[in-house]
Amino acid sequence: MEGSHFAVSNPGAQGPRLQRARTRRSTGEQIIKGLLALAALLSVLTTTGIVVTLIKETITFFGDVPIGDFLFKTDWAPLAGGEQQAFGVVPLIWSTLYLTAVGLVVAIPAGLGVGIYLAEYASPRVRKILKPVVELLAGIPTIVFGYFALTFFTPNVIQDWIGIGVDVFNGLSAGIILGILVLPTIASVSEDAMSAVPQSLREGAFGLGAAKWQVVLRVVFPAALSGIVAALVLGASRAIGETVVILVAAGNNPNLTFDLTVAHQNMAAFIANTARADVSAGSIAYETIFAVGTTLFVMTLVLNLIAIRFVRKYRQVYE
Amino acid sequence: MRSHRFITAAAICGALTFGVAACGDDEEETAGGGSTGQEQSASGGEDRSSLSGSIRIDGSSTVQPVTEAASELFGEEAPNVKITVGGAGTGDGFERFCRGEIVIADASRGIEADEYEACKAKGIDPVEVQVGIDGLTVVANKDLAIPNDCITTDQLKKLLAPKSKVSNYKELGEGFPDQDVSFFTPGTESGTYDYFTETVLETDAEQRTDKVQTSADDNQIVTGIEGTKGALGYVGFAYAEEQADKLKELAIDGGDGCVKPSVETIADGSYKPLSRPLFVYPSTKTVAQPEVKSFISFILENNKEIVEAAGYVPLTDELMSTAKSNLESATPVAAPTEEG
Repeated sequence: MEGSHFAVSNPGAQGPRLQRARTRRSTGEQIIKGLLALAALLSVLTTTGIVVTLIKETITFFGDVPIGDFLFKTDWAPLAGGEQQAFGVVPLIWSTLYLTAVGLVVAIPAGLGVGIYLAEYASPRVRKILKPVVELLAGIPTIVFGYFALTFFTPNVIQDWIGIGVDVFNGLSAGIILGILVLPTIASVSEDAMSAVPQSLREGAFGLGAAKWQVVLRVVFPAALSGIVAALVLGASRAIGETVVILVAAGNNPNLTFDLTVAHQNMAAFIANTARADVSAGSIAYETIFAVGTTLFVMTLVLNLIAIRFVRKYRQVYE
Repeated sequence: MRSHRFITAAAICGALTFGVAACGDDEEETAGGGSTGQEQSASGGEDRSSLSGSIRIDGSSTVQPVTEAASELFGEEAPNVKITVGGAGTGDGFERFCRGEIVIADASRGIEADEYEACKAKGIDPVEVQVGIDGLTVVANKDLAIPNDCITTDQLKKLLAPKSKVSNYKELGEGFPDQDVSFFTPGTESGTYDYFTETVLETDAEQRTDKVQTSADDNQIVTGIEGTKGALGYVGFAYAEEQADKLKELAIDGGDGCVKPSVETIADGSYKPLSRPLFVYPSTKTVAQPEVKSFISFILENNKEIVEAAGYVPLTDELMSTAKSNLESATPVAAPTEEG
């Protein structure tokens, strides 16, 4: 406790004992500071390392495949041999965005609904039970969601109960389960944002005679908008980069089609599927992994940049 | 308070160091630890208890179960020999082998010319020892009514050849059902794929790309075929046998009539052309190490037990004598001919 006492003492009144303590203290501070800086440096170095590796292999890839062919052609068969090999990434980007969209169609209304309910309507008792349950959903390993989609949701729910004739591996089931997977992220972050809206705003609105739903939709929701957008972007980033659910339940072929009953594949799942096959380092298939990785990286980066701008623009700060 | 902070700092530091060190670890599976003690002690008439050292094996995931089963049994007789078995794939296995990183390469095909050159460049002379035979089974959805459950290699070629436009089985001729085609096969980098495209389609690792879903995971192939009407594909014989209740195994007509894949037809060579050899490749140098030589001869001595445990077909007498003489004399494999 000695140290904390000295910490608040007046610097003008330093005795020799105090000075000694300060020196020792500052050595300790320096070490801690150094270690923490090292930890920060580690993550910077990791990120730099990843970006450098990605870019290096991607440049090699574009030495073999014209960048225009990669970005604009619609034939995708990077692992095929001979003449059939094709590097048009459009179907893969399409399937990625399409699966993400299906996921968000499920996750946004449901997630925001849960968030609004928890923040505004639920009684403390309900909230105390419901919130951990929603957060528990976020803790389920994605492989479980994947096999849930493949072995239960596709055959029992979609094929039998609803009666849609989908393939074993299909975009519909994977997309919906992807939405369930993302739901807790959106629910939890948007709930935090809405709970942070000051009570005085609600009281003011009630004082003006607003009904509960008016308070929620016209006061709380807009006031929490930047946080809600952050929730949606987090959800979208999570969906776009999700690997295992798509790998297990959606199949291994990207498809340039609106048809959800057939197989789809997203970019992360392509990377995983290709990497677990024993592609040899340096081969064109191997480099494709990095080109796709870079593309995905750029896509999520752009998504995040847009979100940051949006959040800044609409941020409201309350005392 | 101060000392408390230092402890925390030390803990963080330790965690970081550990984390970094853990990143460098190899992803190899250590085999040999799981012996149950129930397996029959295999006898080779050789005292192996004095052997020591370590044997690093990597390569074909098809051969992996063979070397793994062998290392478990071997571990009972030679407890001081540490064996690690990886399953990175035949190509990667040869790559590591030719860089001198591993002692034995598992392979589900013979060494190829470029791999051979890479080995030669490092002064490594591979020795080829066959340890078993694998069959490749063409499997179909249970409801797919292929006449007599038998398909000719020509029909397979029509279905799966590169740029094939066959979209319905009835295009194959009389008796075939009116059913859209759909295929599930191993991926282009797998040895099974190479083997099928080479022997049936007679292409350089090419098959059609539309209507085909490839996967590195045999399980996914089986799930796909099981759940898709009109699906057809191919997997390793042992795996197909394991999953026989979910799929239909087709007989193959390679020109001499329909032959069903079975242990017998694969061993006697009548299941043509879809059976293939399984090899281990030590080098002339590594095979001179007593523990390596002893390990491989252990696989040959207990061939039936080990290979069947792994789900493959043991060597015939003729193949066995070739394998034994290759091992005894450490004959380097002849240079493979350049393809294409």
